This record gives sequence, structure tokens and C-alpha cells, in this order.
Amino acid sequence: MDTPTVIETKDLSKEYDHQVAVDHLTFSIREGEIFGFLGPNGAGKTTTLLMLLGLTRPSKGSALVCGLDPMRKAKEVKRRVGYLPENVGFYGDLDAVESLEYVASLNGIRGTEARGKIEELLELVGLSEDARKKVGAFSRGMKQRLGIAEVLLKDPEVLFLDEPTLGLDPEGAVRLIDLISQLNQERNISVLLSSHHLHQVQKISHRVGIMITGKMVAMGSIESLAKEKLGLGGREYSLEEIYMKYFPEV
Amino acid sequence: MQGLYAVFRKEICDHFTSYRFVILFALIAMISLITSYMAGIHLREDLEALAKTRYPFLMLFSTPGAMFSMVQFVAFFGPLIGLVLGFDSINRERAHGTLIKLVSQPIYRDAVINGKFLAGVMTVSVMLLSIILVITGFGLAIVGLVPGVEEIWRLFVFLIISIFYVSFWIALSILFSILFKSIVTSALASGALWIFLWLIIPVGANVLANAVAPINAHEETQAETIIKNARIKEITSLASPMVLYSEATAAIIDPMLNTTRSITLMGPMEKLLSSRFQNPLPLGQSLLVVFPHLTVLIAITLICFAVSYLVFMLQEIRT
Repeated sequence: MDTPTVIETKDLSKEYDHQVAVDHLTFSIREGEIFGFLGPNGAGKTTTLLMLLGLTRPSKGSALVCGLDPMRKAKEVKRRVGYLPENVGFYGDLDAVESLEYVASLNGIRGTEARGKIEELLELVGLSEDARKKVGAFSRGMKQRLGIAEVLLKDPEVLFLDEPTLGLDPEGAVRLIDLISQLNQERNISVLLSSHHLHQVQKISHRVGIMITGKMVAMGSIESLAKEKLGLGGREYSLEEIYMKYFPEV
Repeated sequence: MQGLYAVFRKEICDHFTSYRFVILFALIAMISLITSYMAGIHLREDLEALAKTRYPFLMLFSTPGAMFSMVQFVAFFGPLIGLVLGFDSINRERAHGTLIKLVSQPIYRDAVINGKFLAGVMTVSVMLLSIILVITGFGLAIVGLVPGVEEIWRLFVFLIISIFYVSFWIALSILFSILFKSIVTSALASGALWIFLWLIIPVGANVLANAVAPINAHEETQAETIIKNARIKEITSLASPMVLYSEATAAIIDPMLNTTRSITLMGPMEKLLSSRFQNPLPLGQSLLVVFPHLTVLIAITLICFAVSYLVFMLQEIRT
């Protein structure tokens, strides 16, 4: 393989009280790739992300993130990986700049360097005009964009985005997806994107993986999955059609 | 270290700008002003009547004015300060979804809890120091007393013990904020424990002592029973950090106090000595008298923090 992998897992498993959340997961993500991480709620996607960040200890198996073991080198992994959790929270009494300053100081970025970066990122996510507004008054879309700015502060090599488009209006979702695509192209950031907006995922993902009850049931480029599941000739297809094929007929 | 410092700075900033802190500080400043004013007025009258005392300045802290002395006031209100500063430290972050964001930054996880604890301790130190300085100022103004070197040292030791005492309550409330996911539950739990340790334990100590070694007022009781009764009462009530703190600081603030034991438990020679020779102890000796109390006070603070540290480090954080 010519491009190096940024994430590699082997038989990664997690059990909670005899309930399997993630079941022998083996997959890899190449550098500069947008990987659409699909699956129903409760399939184990968030647990997988937490294990890759070293926040949850796997029951079995191993993972390598940027060539590092997240359980042993959690701090180094977290320096390289930006994680935007589902329903990310903010300190409502801080404004956008103060929020970013706090995250910058946690990342050891200070002074003029931090100020320059914050200005640049606010511009990038389109929040320059609301820089001094309290985050408590932000709309959902603005909060998600501020969340993206926060994870970009550390100049990450990889982004883990857990349902970033959840609860956004269609326009907000499109803008966010475009932003992610832009980051991928301009900064060569690999992205692990979990989302239910299949149409948006189809637009920007290089490959997708479908996870159901802890197992990765399908993985590959959207065309190859379409060939495999729909056996199509040249006809139009959508990711949604493919996705639904993995569930028994209702 | 960078993570610890960042969290510490944020927490300090939050504490000092919150309404909660301002209200708490106003309340405590008000009460301590009244207390020291009353103590000062009493003291001025007493000093005119009293034979020469060696350390009149310290009496500003140990004389009960209208209701209670400064030492009693810290014993009672110190816990409140600690609990109010800590009861929502972790579960608020959890409820707002900021805890997961915090731990996914390149910092060690313990930076979060250490930073929060240290910020609380720092806030309390500033609070207590300023109260002591205010009372000192009052002493100078109302009574015209100037503290000597020995008295300043004793006040310094008093301040350190008080900081440890309040830190114990901070550690306790942080533990509750980790254990209970709901902010209201942890507030209620810490409040309940405060009342339990303050009210129930002293009463319980009495009940227990009278049950094990009953003293009958009408019959003659053996001396051994009386001693046993007193000893059980003392040991049981030491389970309350308030009692621990009150006894420890009483000996520090009052150099004339050469034991923490009640008069019943003294031997005949000791009783004779303490009534015949009324001389103040040097600070080192006062410290020796309450050394066990100090050790226990520091130990429970550290144990409490260690438990919350462990629970937090082993806990799974998903939100």
C-alpha cells in the first residue's frame, strides 16, 4: 500500500457486563481519507471512538492511532487526534474567543500564537462576527462550528467527528459537511465521520463502513458496495439504498 | 503540568467571578465582622477587670462575643464554604457535556481533578486569610491591641489548620460530585453529611457513653464508670471533623490550654498542676498537645482526596 494508515485496529472488542458493545473490529483508515462510519444508534460507534482515543480500555484486541497505542500513549494520541463528541458541551458563560482560549491553554498554546490561531479559525468556521457573543446564546449550528474550531486548535492529523450534523437544519448540515471536506483537502486531515445524514456522507466520503451491533458488516468504497449489494449496471444509486440492504426487510 | 495549570486558572477565575462566591464571601465577611466586633467590645471590658494576661490579642479569636467565637465560627461555617465550592465540580461538567471534551485534550486525566481541588484550596486560603486580617485590623482599631511575634505565629498555624479543615470538606464534596451524577443529589448528600457530623455525632456520643457506662444521678457511681463514660464520649465525638478541628485550634489559639482532655479524665497530679501553675505553653508544646488531632485532620483530608482521585481515574467518561 502506498499511502500509510493512520488508524489500524485488530480484533478490537469491548464488553460491558457480558454485553458485547464492539465485537472483534478490524479495520484501517488511510492518511488523507474521509471514512464514513455508519450504523444505527447503539451499534458501538462511540465506544469504538473512545477506545481509539484511549478513554476506554478495550476488553480485547489492539489499536494503533498514528502509529501509537492509545492505551499506553493516550496523551500523544490526544495531541494528534481532534475529537468532537456527540452533543459537545460548552461553558455557557464564556464567549467564543474565551472558549477557544481555554482549549488552547489545555493544548499548551499561549499568547500571541493562540490569539492568531483563534482569529484564523473563527474566520475559517465563519464565526468571526460572533466572536464576543456568549456561547450560551449560540444556535446549534454555531456550536458545532465552534466545536470544529476547538478541535482544530491543536493542528490535528486525524479528526473523529461523532454525529456532527445531528439536529442541524439542512443548510447548517450542508455547510458543516462542506467545511469538513475543505479541511480534508486543504490540510490533508484524515476524518472519521459518523453520521446519519447518508446523503451528505456519500458526497464526501472516500470509503464507508457500516457497523451493526458491534460488528463491521460492510466496508469499502461506495461503488464497490453498490456493486456487491445492488449488482448494478450503470444505474443511479444512493448510499441509503445500500445501507438499507443490510437490514432485514421490515 | 500545562493541563493542571490551565484547569487551575479556569477554576480560580470561575470561583472568583461567580455570584455564589460573592454571596458566600459577603455572608462570611459580615458574620466575622460582627463576631470580632462583639469579641472586641467584650475584650475591652474584660481587659480592664482582668489581671495582666500574656496574650490578649489571641483572645480576639477565642472570646465568644454575642454568639460564638471566631474559632467556633470557622468550625461551623468552614464546611459550608468547602461544600459550596465543590459540590458540583465534576457533575456540572458532566451534565454540560464538557467533561468529555476536557479529557479528550492532550492532558493527563488527573489534571482535571487536581486543578479543581487546588483551585478550591486556593480560594479558601484567600478567604480565610482575608478574614483573619480583617479581625486583626479590628483588634488594632477597637481594642488597641498589637499582636506579638508569638501571636502571629499562632495565628499562622491556626490559618494552616483551618485551610486543611476546609480542604477536607472540598475533597468530600468533590467526591460526592463524582459519585452522584445529579447536582441536586450531591448538594443534598454533602449537606446531610455536614448536619450529621455536626449535630448527630455529639448527641450520639452522649447516648453511646450513657448506654455503655450509665451514670445514675441518684446513686453513687464508681469513679471508673465516670471515667469510662467520659472517655467513650470523647473518643466517639472525635469522629466528627468539627470536634477534631475545634479541639485542635482551641489549644493553638489559647496558650493556657495544656490538654484537650476534659477535667474528669485528668489524674490528680495533672489536676493539681493545671490549677497551680497557670503559665502559657510555648507554641511547640501547644502543637504537641494537639499533634494527634492535626495528624488525623490532615490524614482524613488526604484520604478523602485520594478516594475521589481513584474513583475519578477509574471511571468511564462518555459524556
